[in-house]
Amino acid sequence: MSPSFFPSPPTHTFIAYVEDQPGVLNRVTSLFRRRGYNIVSLNVGRTNQDGVSRMTMVVEADDDKAVRIQANLYKMVNVLSVEDITNKANVSRDLVLIKVKSGPEKRSEILQLCEVFRARFIDVHPETLIVEVTGTQDKIDGLVAMLAPFGILEMVQTGTVAMTRGARGDAAEAVQPAPNLKSVAVAS
Amino acid sequence: MAAPLHSITEPQPTQTGPKTLTGSQVIWEALANEGVKTVFGYPGGAIMPAYDALTDYPNVRHILVRHEQGASHMADGFARASGKVGVCIATSGPGATNLVTGIANAMMDSIPMVAITGQVGSHLIGSDAFQEVDITGITLPITKHNFLVTKAADIGPTIRKAFYIAASGRPGPVLVDITKDAQQASTEYRYDASPVRMPGYRPERQPMPAEIERAVEMIKSAKRPIIFSGHGIIKANATAALLEFVHKTGIPVAQTLLGLGGFPATHERSLGMMGMHGEAWVNKAIQEADLIIALGMRFDDRVTGNLKTYAPNAKKIHVELDPAEINKNVKVDLPLLGDVREILRLLTPHVDGVNVTEWTQQIEHSKGDSAVREITNLPDNGRLFAAHVIHDLWRYTDGKALVVTDVGQHQMWEAQYYKHDHPRKLLTSGGAGTMGFALPAAMGARFACPDDQIWVIAGDGGFQMTACELATCAQEGIKVNIAIINNGYLGMVRQWQQFFYGGRYVATPIKSPDFVKLAEAHGLKGLRVTQRDQVKAAVEAAQASPDTCIVDFRVEQEDSVYPMVPAGADLDNMIRRPKPVAEAHNPIFEIGKDK
Repeated sequence: MSPSFFPSPPTHTFIAYVEDQPGVLNRVTSLFRRRGYNIVSLNVGRTNQDGVSRMTMVVEADDDKAVRIQANLYKMVNVLSVEDITNKANVSRDLVLIKVKSGPEKRSEILQLCEVFRARFIDVHPETLIVEVTGTQDKIDGLVAMLAPFGILEMVQTGTVAMTRGARGDAAEAVQPAPNLKSVAVAS
Repeated sequence: MAAPLHSITEPQPTQTGPKTLTGSQVIWEALANEGVKTVFGYPGGAIMPAYDALTDYPNVRHILVRHEQGASHMADGFARASGKVGVCIATSGPGATNLVTGIANAMMDSIPMVAITGQVGSHLIGSDAFQEVDITGITLPITKHNFLVTKAADIGPTIRKAFYIAASGRPGPVLVDITKDAQQASTEYRYDASPVRMPGYRPERQPMPAEIERAVEMIKSAKRPIIFSGHGIIKANATAALLEFVHKTGIPVAQTLLGLGGFPATHERSLGMMGMHGEAWVNKAIQEADLIIALGMRFDDRVTGNLKTYAPNAKKIHVELDPAEINKNVKVDLPLLGDVREILRLLTPHVDGVNVTEWTQQIEHSKGDSAVREITNLPDNGRLFAAHVIHDLWRYTDGKALVVTDVGQHQMWEAQYYKHDHPRKLLTSGGAGTMGFALPAAMGARFACPDDQIWVIAGDGGFQMTACELATCAQEGIKVNIAIINNGYLGMVRQWQQFFYGGRYVATPIKSPDFVKLAEAHGLKGLRVTQRDQVKAAVEAAQASPDTCIVDFRVEQEDSVYPMVPAGADLDNMIRRPKPVAEAHNPIFEIGKDK
């Protein structure tokens, strides 16, 4: 995620593997509410591993707070592992659907714009278009800015999903004992 | 005459082959397999199947409370006094919600507790059925973990997990909500004694050798080190390890409220309690220290005062089991995560050559005569001061009683004047500050310590919050001694009104029943004390009584707890006892830096 999108306050991105059970999402969000941590975005979904869900959480926090958030998440019985990937090489993506006002005369203009952003049409109606785009927040903001003059009727955005780059890191590791958090605490 | 209390013995021999049981029977089998002998509870519709099955388990004693809050405090008191998991049980809906205060109290002070609640039938969940509440939702932020069990087959494994979670790592309360149909259904049960495996729950931690080395260097190079002994010392049974560390280094020890007793109060290196009502020399030493070795404590705001000016010269080593406590309130230089007893054992062999002679002399100098001045300044002309009562209680019980306090002024006076030399002999509600805690907690402690002399010290306000449990004392033959520090006010709030709200005593004068008659109405013993020369006889009479005995101490009405660091003020910015007290009709408070 581009740091420039959130000039203030700073955010941290966490990946957590959790047990896929009723109430686990509630436990995690209840922790954030209880401790007064503001969630910027939250994405939950199943993984390739049976019974394990993965959360990507973007939270307003400075570095100190981030360590405590991680420690509090780690304490939860249903949380299998948690990692702060903010300062690790990672890819993070949001997906957005935008319904734009567009008669036939504007379609090609919008299509050209969309090509620049690698967005695509997924629905065409005589009066509107639905555009789908995947990317980082600044790319999405850029497209939204360009489409705004045509008239955006509706827009929906997923939470960020993120993954560290490189060879390691998989749901299979989630059920293994996680690295000792202490090193994180000491580093602060 | 008190009925014989159960003695703590080894857990029942465990079952080997699987048995076909009802879910209700599994509850009691599973509890017995965890070594439970006593549960505190109250029946009701959704937990009736479990209660019905209790007749098959005569080895488990059930204590019928008068209000479920009492049950959760009793389980808490049992756990604090024994170090084992306390168990309370209640029905769904209001039964479960009445446990909530006691569960929150246990959570704040990290007390191992398992609360079992009945829940409406699983097909009714979510339908707003009679006596249905979402108790797992309600207790989510005030339990270490909780479970909703809807199948009989899950009851046994869940109770085993609940005990493991409650007692391991940083302890805490765990609630198990069991639907009525799960209690009624049949299942195969076999106790599995093998270690519980939960992939997401890994409470054990160990510091790295390099961190221990760094701690040793910091300790050796300190000129003015101070040890903070917290609740963790008691929970980890680390008193002996701490004594060894202190004997080797000579470093003085300040205690938190919940840490009292973890290090002997009469030890020459014991400074006493720190914080809001800590003695002046203790807080002064903290502000002047160059190294704080914080053991099993969490830098509560009642301990630190203003964080910006807190211990400005001190490097801080924080020995703590819970990583979420590191840097939460106070930024520390070196966190050591792990069991405090193990860490002390790792440190002690290496901390040679620490010289604190000059530093301890400096503390002694600032202490001067103030340790005795506080109590001798109270006019001993026959009037009764709470400090005198507690001081005398300490003397006439040889400092050996198990004292359970409520919350308020008397709690602070107890902390100041009852010198605890042994761990688990002061039970008090620290984090939550729950009025009404003392009587039920003491009743629970009775089952952990059948031979101890137990004294409840409570105010006239807090005592009335759970006074209904006197009937439980009478019915179950539970013997405790109750000292009511009766000043006719909600004293601590009155004190704050006097200091910070212009002396407007709003809603703090409190009228109480005649406590002597109240005791007698329950078939118990009641005594009244209005003068200091009556204290000794009353203490002895209470101890001699086979029944629970209330002593109604009518103390000075508008006395205050000194010294006091106002909430959020600098730690050495204290309100001191006006001098001399004999002229206290026109009190002048010395507010300012104590230097």
